Amino acid sequence: MGFELTREQEMVRDVMRKFAENEVKPIAAEIDESGRFPMENVKKMARYNMLGIPFPVEYGGAGGDDLSYVIAVEELSKVCASTGVILSAHTSLACWPIYHFGTEEQKQKYLVPLAKGEKLGAFGLTESNAGTDAAAQQTTAVLDGDNYILNGTKIFITNGGQADVYIIFAMTDKSKGHRGISAFIVEKDFPGFSIGKIEDKMGIRASATAELIFDDCVVPKENLLGKEGEGFKIAMATLDGGRIGIAAQALGIAEGAFEETVKYVKEREQFGRPLAKFQGLQWMIADMATAIEAAKLLVYKAAICKQKGLPYSKEAAMAKLYASQTAMDVTTKCVQLHGGYGFTKDYPVERMMRDAKITEIYEGTSQVQQMVIAANILR
Amino acid sequence: MNIIVCVKQVPDTNEVKIDPVKGTLIREGVPSIINPDDRNALEEALRIKDSMEDVKVTVVSMGPPQAEVALVEAIAMGADEAILLTDRAVAGSDTWATSTALSAVIKYIGDFDIIFCGRQAIDGDTAQVGPQIAEHLGIPQITYVEELKIQGNKVVAKRALEDGYFLVEAEMPVLLTAVKELNEPRYPSIKGIFEGFKGDKVKMVSAKDVNCDMDNVGLDGSPTNVIKSFTPPTKSRDLEMLEGTPAEQARKLIVRLREENLV
Repeated sequence: MGFELTREQEMVRDVMRKFAENEVKPIAAEIDESGRFPMENVKKMARYNMLGIPFPVEYGGAGGDDLSYVIAVEELSKVCASTGVILSAHTSLACWPIYHFGTEEQKQKYLVPLAKGEKLGAFGLTESNAGTDAAAQQTTAVLDGDNYILNGTKIFITNGGQADVYIIFAMTDKSKGHRGISAFIVEKDFPGFSIGKIEDKMGIRASATAELIFDDCVVPKENLLGKEGEGFKIAMATLDGGRIGIAAQALGIAEGAFEETVKYVKEREQFGRPLAKFQGLQWMIADMATAIEAAKLLVYKAAICKQKGLPYSKEAAMAKLYASQTAMDVTTKCVQLHGGYGFTKDYPVERMMRDAKITEIYEGTSQVQQMVIAANILR
Repeated sequence: MNIIVCVKQVPDTNEVKIDPVKGTLIREGVPSIINPDDRNALEEALRIKDSMEDVKVTVVSMGPPQAEVALVEAIAMGADEAILLTDRAVAGSDTWATSTALSAVIKYIGDFDIIFCGRQAIDGDTAQVGPQIAEHLGIPQITYVEELKIQGNKVVAKRALEDGYFLVEAEMPVLLTAVKELNEPRYPSIKGIFEGFKGDKVKMVSAKDVNCDMDNVGLDGSPTNVIKSFTPPTKSRDLEMLEGTPAEQARKLIVRLREENLV
């Protein structure tokens, strides 16, 4: 069992770190404040093949591996969790299901431009009455000649309104419950598809979160992803992988806040000595460092399991459960260690604390992760 | 057009710490990087490649086998090929021996229109290897290039000076050395990283392979010897800022100079 990165992974980490420091960090506070989607950086990421890291070169990808992709999300999230989730949702939730379940034609038409970063992707499963109970889909798809006609509304869709290609789930046969759900590849310009409310959020404010409205939306028959009735299976499999991306985002948030805090406690003096010299605070630093390391091992292990073709559903759930909890816990402590300054926008830790919360909620709440883990053990 | 870019793998001096007792550099655990000025040289070569047809960029380096990583990075930025001269026989080379060895690699490659080097390396700061290569090859050189244009078979370069610039024109083949003002280097692409490590794009050669003049390389072939490395004592200067309007400052200055018996 080895704990070393390959030379490729190390270089990916160095490049992502430099990119995050030079391109992402300088605008992180501004785009959080304004809620502006950083399209300029998405375009730069496309130029360097960062939007298709784990996919083969023949499908427009970088020909890399899952751990390199995880490291990319982690490094971006250290300085800007919004940018981290743009990459994660695009790669794990939009590219991957097409790569895994798509036909050759679908891969050529959609995966190639997505993985090249010429187009951005999103994933639409959640509805107002189908959150954790994702099987309670109310969006419908009815076959009419050569097209499916979609009706319904999706909410809280990451990259919504900014993406060009959406993986959308809808009921093709209500009588079959979750076995009646199907998945579709929907282009932003398909007739009857529009963007509704854009959410104003507590954290990851520069990531677009939108409502998607399907009003007799016409989707060509050949855009059915997988077979009719396979939608729920596709959604669950996709989320298993997506969770590794969110776990990496959570890990990055924790690491970013921790790095800022280590710097701060060495500089900030009270009672004539740096905070770092107070034993009570040293214990907090030690506990945070240990939790971050444990989270990292879980996240990397889940990525390696996926890469090796081993089962990773439980591993991904554990990684996300623990990394998101660590992110929330660490960022809260980091604000505490910054004292009053930490509560102001002059320091990045308050943003990181706000950003951390969503990692315990989206792509399956912590409670869902516990359900997945327990179900894997008790079956 | 064939462009050869010479790069050196150096310790990242931003990360180097000084041993407080011995006063020497602590090199352990210090990441190795492509020398920053060399990165500008490579970027300019890649921009020429982006803007013109049929441009081939070959990167050349001399160093231990680990320097392969620097060449993979150059490939990942967009270079077509890379050659690493790695041989115990060239270890310990000073600038003369290094330029002799690199010139041998360049002759081994054969065709070239431009040879691009960085101004100087951050670990040695000599700025000698580039100019020496030009002398070995008998070609013109333009150092400190901060702006470059290709015009037919000529290059027109802005050569940076402390308080101005020269506009210099030279026929190719020519050797140029780049300063950081020349451009903003691109990042390596993620795809390029995986291709670079996988492929046969980085070629390793020995001193014999490239017909090195063995009397003029390595420690024995180096006319310079380092007797001692030390940090010169910094001269402390008292600095006093004068405040007020220009007239007031001038008055204060005269008063101070008189006080110090300097006028």
